[in-house]
Amino acid sequence: MNEVWLVAVLALPAAGAIGAFALSDRAGRWCGTAFALLAFVASLLLGTAHPDGWFSYGPAGAGAPPIVPWTSVDTSWVPALDLRLHFGVDGVSYPLVVLTTLLTLLCCLYTLWHVPPGGRGSTLVALLLVIEVGMLGTFLALDLVLFFVFFEVVLLPMYAIIAGWGGDRRRHAARKFALYTLFGSVLLLVGVFTVVAAAGTADLVTLTSGAVPLTRTTQLAAFALLAIAFAVKSPLWPLHTWLPDAHTQAPTVGSVLLAGVLLKMGTYGLIRVAVGVAPEGARWAAPLLGALAVAAILVGCLVCLAQTELKRLIAYSSVGHMGFVLLGVATLTTTGIQAALIGNVAHGIITGLLFFLAGAVKDRFHTGDLAVLGGLRERAPWLSGLLAFAAIASLGLPGLAGFWGEAFAVVAAFERGGAGWVTLGVLAAIGGALTAAYFLRMLRKVTHGAASPLVAATPAVRITGPELAAWSPLVVLALLVGLVPVLVLGFSEVPVQSLVEAVTR
Amino acid sequence: MSLDVLGPLLPAVPLVAALSGFVLPLRSRTAAAGLGIAGATGALVVAVLLAVRVDEPFETYVDWVRFGDFSVTAGVRIDQAAALVAVAVGVVALAVQVYSTSYLRDDDRYPPYAAQISLFTAAMLLVVVAGDLILLLVGWEVMGICSYLLIGHDRRLPGAPAAAVKAFLVTRVGDIGFLLGIVLLGVNAGSFWITQVLSALPGLPAATVTAAALLLLAGFAGKSAQFPLHTWLPDAMAGPTPISALIHAATMVAAGIYVVTRLYPVFVLGDPALTVLGVMAVVTVLIGAFAATAQDDIKRVLAWSTVSQIGYMAAALAVGAPAVALFHLLTHAAFKALLFLGAGSVIHAVGSNSMSAMGGLRRRMPGTFWSMTIGLGALIGLPPLAGFWSKDAVLHAASSADAGWLPGLVYGVGLAGVLVTAWYAGRLWLRTFFGAPRSPGAESAHEPPWPMAVPVLVLAVPSALLGLLAFADGFGARLTPFVVDLPEIELAHLGAETAAPLAALGLGLLLVWVLWRRDTTRDPARFLGPARSTFDNAFWLDAVQDRLVVRPVVALARGAAVTDQRVVDGAVEGAGLGTTDVGNQLAAWHRAGLPRAATALLAGVLLLGLAAALYGSAT
Repeated sequence: MNEVWLVAVLALPAAGAIGAFALSDRAGRWCGTAFALLAFVASLLLGTAHPDGWFSYGPAGAGAPPIVPWTSVDTSWVPALDLRLHFGVDGVSYPLVVLTTLLTLLCCLYTLWHVPPGGRGSTLVALLLVIEVGMLGTFLALDLVLFFVFFEVVLLPMYAIIAGWGGDRRRHAARKFALYTLFGSVLLLVGVFTVVAAAGTADLVTLTSGAVPLTRTTQLAAFALLAIAFAVKSPLWPLHTWLPDAHTQAPTVGSVLLAGVLLKMGTYGLIRVAVGVAPEGARWAAPLLGALAVAAILVGCLVCLAQTELKRLIAYSSVGHMGFVLLGVATLTTTGIQAALIGNVAHGIITGLLFFLAGAVKDRFHTGDLAVLGGLRERAPWLSGLLAFAAIASLGLPGLAGFWGEAFAVVAAFERGGAGWVTLGVLAAIGGALTAAYFLRMLRKVTHGAASPLVAATPAVRITGPELAAWSPLVVLALLVGLVPVLVLGFSEVPVQSLVEAVTR
Repeated sequence: MSLDVLGPLLPAVPLVAALSGFVLPLRSRTAAAGLGIAGATGALVVAVLLAVRVDEPFETYVDWVRFGDFSVTAGVRIDQAAALVAVAVGVVALAVQVYSTSYLRDDDRYPPYAAQISLFTAAMLLVVVAGDLILLLVGWEVMGICSYLLIGHDRRLPGAPAAAVKAFLVTRVGDIGFLLGIVLLGVNAGSFWITQVLSALPGLPAATVTAAALLLLAGFAGKSAQFPLHTWLPDAMAGPTPISALIHAATMVAAGIYVVTRLYPVFVLGDPALTVLGVMAVVTVLIGAFAATAQDDIKRVLAWSTVSQIGYMAAALAVGAPAVALFHLLTHAAFKALLFLGAGSVIHAVGSNSMSAMGGLRRRMPGTFWSMTIGLGALIGLPPLAGFWSKDAVLHAASSADAGWLPGLVYGVGLAGVLVTAWYAGRLWLRTFFGAPRSPGAESAHEPPWPMAVPVLVLAVPSALLGLLAFADGFGARLTPFVVDLPEIELAHLGAETAAPLAALGLGLLLVWVLWRRDTTRDPARFLGPARSTFDNAFWLDAVQDRLVVRPVVALARGAAVTDQRVVDGAVEGAGLGTTDVGNQLAAWHRAGLPRAATALLAGVLLLGLAAALYGSAT
């Protein structure tokens, strides 16, 4: 029975996409949203299949392989090439699966009410659902080739969304996004085939279990290729410059999915594929990865301090936040990777919310220029309040979701010990203070102070029902994940421990 | 109700009030006020129950989350000191909630305001009871964000947003250290649970403990407004006056002192942390006291006096008397809340913060006058008011400690501080309540409505009498954190050595009275001469901070943004443009005329033929 939910999670959005393409604008949007809702429900049901229940850390299985899916499907796909359709869900992928289905659902809901200018709303919904299929496939794939295929599925629909419904400079941004990430994909492809050719199998469960040991050289090459590919997607400084353009130009729903889930494909791939398949390569590259992650934190924060555009600022904030996630991964400790996982999810929730709110501001005032906005709380108290909440959550206030990932990335760096890692931890903590600086600067410019002429000339802003429906789950989750982090980490401790054991073996 | 329930309930009650307050519609004033008052009352009741029932320290906790080898627990660890501080928090929070209903009568955003006060209270109570360093950090930071929100609350004040940002960022800079200190302790002790951390301390390398203690001190300095991170506190006066009372009396600035007592063994073992703390304290006492002498804004006088008084508490910690620090914290909570709320009544009546616009209010506001007199008397340490006993205990702790040069320095500076405190408190008292009214507002001033008057009058009771607790049996032991092996401290001292601070006090009062009497319409601060503007600007430390920190960071940020755009992204865009260029050139090269094309073809055929011939002959 559980396999049904697994297949449904992938099949429902695909069916919804077809429906949305085929039907008329209004009907297509409703159809797509309905399927997105069903996919969300299916993803929740998928979790109920977990043998130990929601809040359990599960028994620590010493020597267990890193990937033990609690539900999986495995059938032959192209027998001649030994390609298999192998999907499965475990504690590392499950939170991301739910995040994906939830954010896509919220984006579809939002599109029901508000279609950005540029094209038919139902086509937009269909593209969102295709992206959802790609993202879910990436998180669920247990076959390296399959993983690659789904990783690529996401690219073109996102290109279409940016180029079709984006802002003024959408074509440039879309092309840059597509070409830059394609560059990463080429490396990913080479990396995948390096691994598959050397190991003779593409099965991730086998590959990560250490049953087919790869030589050191292969591992170093494979890790380098895979890590660069995932670093482009995450993005890791200095491979990040596609991101501000793409996020800024994309329509609201596009930005939400980009920041909320797409970036996570990079960090997920790094944890699951790169570290899992080439642990020795990971050990070799960890210091460099950590240093770059901290550089990303500091550069991202500093650039944010000097930004003048709301969406661009939020986009750059992702560079800093993903830097914390990557620092966690780089430590290669259970603490660090757990921090990375919860940081991933928290960033998806909070930055998704931030982009929704920035979109609402831009819809109302038709600009995101910090110099022109000002005194928003005079005209839009609730919108300002939510923006403040999201910013505060994003700056890592303890008690909200963003805190755990950032604080425990620092803990993990200290746990690794040695002057180098401690320095990285200290610099990351300084980045935490800088994060507060730029978010408070943003709030001061946008919400506080006297109303700017533009804001004063705009009628009082009300939050519409659909907006509230799209935002409130994220608000609740930002609080809930902060108070009950076990929601995300309960499932993942055992697989992460096994992964770390495999890496340090 | 068992203690296991009461303990967690302490922060939970105001938290629930806060969360429900946040979703109220903006117009529902009454409900918001009711929720706020109910939350504070609930917290106060729980705190009193705890204070009555806790004899032996107790802990209760549940596992919260696990990161690898690190467990984070959600739990409380309550001793008698914690319960007493919680009572102080509850009293001040309740006073502030009641007072605000009237003080912010015309405010059209009352529900979030009341909810933020509740959240502030909950966060402080969480700090007070937290049994785990991470949980402590949650309360610590939430308090910071609440101060940010509340300081920026007044939308009519142009300076408020900047002051709010400054308050959060300066404390956040200190919190880098606080977080790192916690991480260092947690990682080395293998746990964030305070009891385990403290019991693991003796086994840790001395350098680690020292580093952790110094890092924690940075966080303490930010939160408790100690030099060099004190600059946010006077600016925070942009917040509504009841918020100033809340921040200055029982929350925020008190949190730093309290946490140091809570983790006292870290600082004792982390030598030279206590010496650093002591130096910070004496510098702060002097900066605060002197800066207070020249302010014209009545709230800024009180703000600087807070900086200085927190310095006294820090000094007590530095000379090995955490119980004395907590004693002064409690008395200070009472009289400083009284002073701020009283100042709020004065400002409310006069319509200005400026003491130049006051004068002669004694006749028109007798209740406020007598309450403020008690508060100011307590502040300067006039016997038998509360501040006398606690400040005397600080000085006694310094004079009876015998560890190097520090106690002597603390004693000397403490004595000088008493003189200056008496001077500026006397100036405030005379300028506000005596002489002739100096503005129409002061002429028509009136007593505030009862929701403002009652909290002030109620707070006058502990401001006057709290110090007598020093005579209560075992009070010193109650205030001693249970983890510390310290000799029990005698809090009440009456003897020959009391003469020195009393003389300093009398001298300060006499000086200001003589100067004021020369011309009762003018500010005695004019006699400070050239030092006046230095004191008024608090030794220009804001400018120093601006030059040394703010501007370099902003410049760095601009540089980073430009570099990111021109160099990192420039390389990417350049690669794209370069590829397009090469493509265009190749395309142009292919669009050749017939003669060149024919020549090229021929040349190609020849070249291929040559290669084939060479290859054939070679094999």
